[in-house]
Amino acid sequence: MIAEIGHFALIIALMLAVAQSMAPLYGAWRRNATLMALCSPLAWGQFLLLGVSFLCLTYLYVVSDFSVQNVFLNSHTQKPLLYKVSGVWGNHEGSILLWALILAFFGAAVAMFGRRLPQTFKARVLGVQALIGVGFLSFSLFTSNPFIRLNPAPLEGQGLNPLLQDPGLAFHPPMLYLGYVGLSIAFSFAIAALLEGRVNALWARWVRPWTLAAWCFLTAGIALGSWWAYYELGWGGWWFWDPVENASLMPWLAATALLHSAIVVEKRETLKSWTVLLAIVAFSLSLLGTFIVRSGVLNSVHAFASDPTRGVYILGFLFVVVGGSLVLYAVRASTLQAGGMFAAVSREGGLVWNNLFLAAATGTVLFGTLFPMLADAFGYKVSVAAPYFNAVFVPLMIPLLLVMAVGPFLAWKRGNIAALPGRIWPAVILLLVGLGLAIWWQGAAAPLEILGLATGIWLLASVLVELAGRINLFRTSLGGSMKRAVDLPRGAWGMSVAHAGMGLVVIGMAASISWEREVISLKYPGDSSTLGAYEITLQDVALKQGPNYRYHEGTFIVRRDGAVIATLYPEIRNYTDPVTQTTEAAIYPLISGDLYAVIAESGANNIPGEPKRWGVRLYHKPLIGWMWLGAFMMFVGGGLSLSDRRLRVGVAQKAKQAEASV
Amino acid sequence: MKRKHQRALFVGAGLAVLALATTLVLNSLGQSLNYFLMPTEVLAGEDVPQGTFQLGGLVSDGSFEADDEMGVSFQVEDGSSSLSVVYDQVAHGLLPDLFREGQGVIVEGQWDGSQFVASRVLAKHDENYMPPEVAEGLKEMGEWRGEETP
Repeated sequence: MIAEIGHFALIIALMLAVAQSMAPLYGAWRRNATLMALCSPLAWGQFLLLGVSFLCLTYLYVVSDFSVQNVFLNSHTQKPLLYKVSGVWGNHEGSILLWALILAFFGAAVAMFGRRLPQTFKARVLGVQALIGVGFLSFSLFTSNPFIRLNPAPLEGQGLNPLLQDPGLAFHPPMLYLGYVGLSIAFSFAIAALLEGRVNALWARWVRPWTLAAWCFLTAGIALGSWWAYYELGWGGWWFWDPVENASLMPWLAATALLHSAIVVEKRETLKSWTVLLAIVAFSLSLLGTFIVRSGVLNSVHAFASDPTRGVYILGFLFVVVGGSLVLYAVRASTLQAGGMFAAVSREGGLVWNNLFLAAATGTVLFGTLFPMLADAFGYKVSVAAPYFNAVFVPLMIPLLLVMAVGPFLAWKRGNIAALPGRIWPAVILLLVGLGLAIWWQGAAAPLEILGLATGIWLLASVLVELAGRINLFRTSLGGSMKRAVDLPRGAWGMSVAHAGMGLVVIGMAASISWEREVISLKYPGDSSTLGAYEITLQDVALKQGPNYRYHEGTFIVRRDGAVIATLYPEIRNYTDPVTQTTEAAIYPLISGDLYAVIAESGANNIPGEPKRWGVRLYHKPLIGWMWLGAFMMFVGGGLSLSDRRLRVGVAQKAKQAEASV
Repeated sequence: MKRKHQRALFVGAGLAVLALATTLVLNSLGQSLNYFLMPTEVLAGEDVPQGTFQLGGLVSDGSFEADDEMGVSFQVEDGSSSLSVVYDQVAHGLLPDLFREGQGVIVEGQWDGSQFVASRVLAKHDENYMPPEVAEGLKEMGEWRGEETP
């Protein structure tokens, strides 16, 4: 019964989406106010129905109704409640439903907050939003229906991969989806702007907060996924250039570019058509990301053959969205008025630099990710290994980061390059001191690694110097500086916090790669290993019982200069449904970096009667925690910027009135 | 600066970055491509890459052995032939969680004429245990016994 309610709600939602994609767009074309006014109630209705549908599916998971195929394939009665719920979106069908729900949620949000938008514009935005919704809902209903029944109903479900039973991963997909779908709003605004033939500061003021919010969620989603890989996969790595990871990185890069070019549109009313193009590209990459992760088409074009309907649908949908919007862009972009002029050395110039390099980086990642598919079409089975991405991505990021440090010092329109050294010299000193300290602390490293580290420190230092300049630090009384700091717009704080976060991320990456120490060995309980200054003893391995698994727990005692400073408990978990073994790394964060321990069944020929030997992998990863802290600061920085008064809708209204009165 | 000049500057900068990116791509792509082969193709001896490539198949039941120095060896089969793979955990890291006898696997390394010396054992972190390349290869060999995705 519940499954049928969910199914039915999904069907009605599709019908509303079809209506919403036609009436307001037609109404906007014919200037029919009644038809245009339909967009808001339809958007709301679609959201409510999808909410019902999603709740129904969640309920089916919670009560473990295995008469529903999707629940049977992806859940199990023994699973903890959290993972029953996260199992809803831990599979293809459920995740597409979640996607459609978030899309409808954002549509409803535009309907609610967009009361002050020009009527035709709002109708067009919601119409385009509904067109995407039609695409997703029909994909769900016709190829990936989560409500299909099984008869007879099995007694027990097939479970969920225990690797995915993890709090970090439970919230990773929804975060990413909030980001992907958030970009749909930027896309809808871009298409609506092309239809209207108008892009102005007001448009940018609408697009920017949505892009910023999407960017925040993408940042959080990527960081969560990377953190999960770091502690769950037990290899000590946090980024593998896997297609699945690239799928989330590309929209992030494009969203970062869009975020910055939208600032130029808002402040200076220039770079308009480029910004519109970026909005289209960013959302197209989100679509690509969603589909390639869940459908597996990336690993092999032959995946299409095993499920032709899905594959053909995906290709067709991508073709319509990407092709259609690019054709519209080609036809209409020339109607957008060119904006103000600016010098090469200026804030705009810096942002253009940012966009160029981000676009190039996105392009190279896209090429590397899609190349295996391309080769497969010609009969070659190849994969593009991580060295390609490192060799291409890093050299494109370094010039970007170097200018990212300088950009905020430059004035809009025409920057004074002669005055730059006078303002930025403290950052040079901070850079030299920081780099010196790091090398004194950890020793030398390869030149490229030092370059990476220097880039991160340079970025962090210049953010601090720029902020100090803004609040007149050391030039006025401390109280005066504090007051200026409090009065600083939230947007300025947001930029500084996010940029500093990026600096921390880069420092964390470079330091943890340059100065990582690693020991892999076979150990009897009681044996010790030396890892830099630390002596680590495997004290004991005990067999224990968890909620739905049994596990071996190793106890490692960490000593420094003879004194115990930490105890680590890595686990090997054995799940029964399905039979799977997972490794749980134990991580102990020290100020100097993480201590990371993994144990494994060694499989070595153990002598009967003797204690068993265990495979032991130990790491010291200097400053790796800075990466997670930095990512968190980027998220917070985006949030601060979002809360800036200047970005609120009321201000946009005043700006519009001012514009109308001109 | 005139609008014409500004546009020329944009185009120039864009082309410069594009040229840089293209150079980087062309320089590194050739060295980073890993071909994917099944055991039968390796033993046939045609077009076996000299350097690193990927080998896919099933880990044969009962073939896994570990020595006292954390080196492991196992057979990878595709139904018609199998070949032996050695992997040194001390040099290249512990085996991933999803590695098991009877399961699909992709190993990356070099063929020395008699055995495959692996430097990486891959386990994709998605909900499908069978790497798609392996499933595809097994289907071509007529050895696919797994369930079709519903």
